[in-house]
Amino acid sequence: MTFELIVFYLFSAILVASATMVITRRNPVHSALFLVLAFFSCAAIWMLAEAEFLAIVLVLVYVGAVMVLFLFVVMMLDIDVATMKAGFIRYLPVGLLVTLAMLIEIFLVVGADNFGLDKFPSPAPAAADYNNTESLGNVLYTAYMYQFELAAVILLVAIIAAIGLTLRKRSGTEVRQQDPSRQVKVKKGPDRVRLVKMEAQD
Amino acid sequence: MIALSDYLILGAILFSLSIAGIFLNRKNVIILLMCIELMLLAVNINFVAFSHFLGDSAGQVFVFFILTVAAAEAAIGLAILVVLFRNRRSINVDDLDALKG
Repeated sequence: MTFELIVFYLFSAILVASATMVITRRNPVHSALFLVLAFFSCAAIWMLAEAEFLAIVLVLVYVGAVMVLFLFVVMMLDIDVATMKAGFIRYLPVGLLVTLAMLIEIFLVVGADNFGLDKFPSPAPAAADYNNTESLGNVLYTAYMYQFELAAVILLVAIIAAIGLTLRKRSGTEVRQQDPSRQVKVKKGPDRVRLVKMEAQD
Repeated sequence: MIALSDYLILGAILFSLSIAGIFLNRKNVIILLMCIELMLLAVNINFVAFSHFLGDSAGQVFVFFILTVAAAEAAIGLAILVVLFRNRRSINVDDLDALKG
């Protein structure tokens, strides 16, 4: 057993264990934190597969942005945890049954018989001057330029949709708001300065 | 040496775990969203493994796009969740029967 394989099994074990914790924890905050651990160990496994750029992106984008968003929402909402887990035991048998059936089916397809080392030999390690980010950028900005721009548009749509969904106007007298359109319409003269006549005090 | 089947089986285990999570936590929308993220991660492991073993970087480019779409999906999903909670005071899936479906 090589060192590579030991590292792979170690991180796989952490990944599977943390994924199990994600689906079984009672508290959504714990689930989110275990999901962070799962993403970290998956990033390590991608490093083993020589996908360094994607491993870093996984940590930066998922752990840094998406999971923080999840944690933020979980902590913002006031969720009654007890009622949320009410059906857990009731759905356990059918869930396990479907999961096991599916797992066995996938095992039969992707097992060592079809995708073992004799069918797909391990590729030679990349040269020392090989740059994963550079090689990915070379195809991303040439062959996949159109798709890359589409991805940018999707992100823009996501930004606008998320803001548009959650933005709300608070009404009421106690809420003071700025109205930018009125601010920029201010003209020189009576709009801007109001002179008040009052008696001099001594 | 790590075989391709090792990566694929890891992806299969992760995918099945997230299926189980969807079955077990079918009341809590937040956990359902997390299970979908896990599912996408399992698929991405397969893409990265095939890209490594076939020596083709197209698989990694595809993972890049999946990550983009998944981030957008999580942002919009959580925004919908916040609006939902604001209106119904609950994120229980059973309470979401306004359409009488």
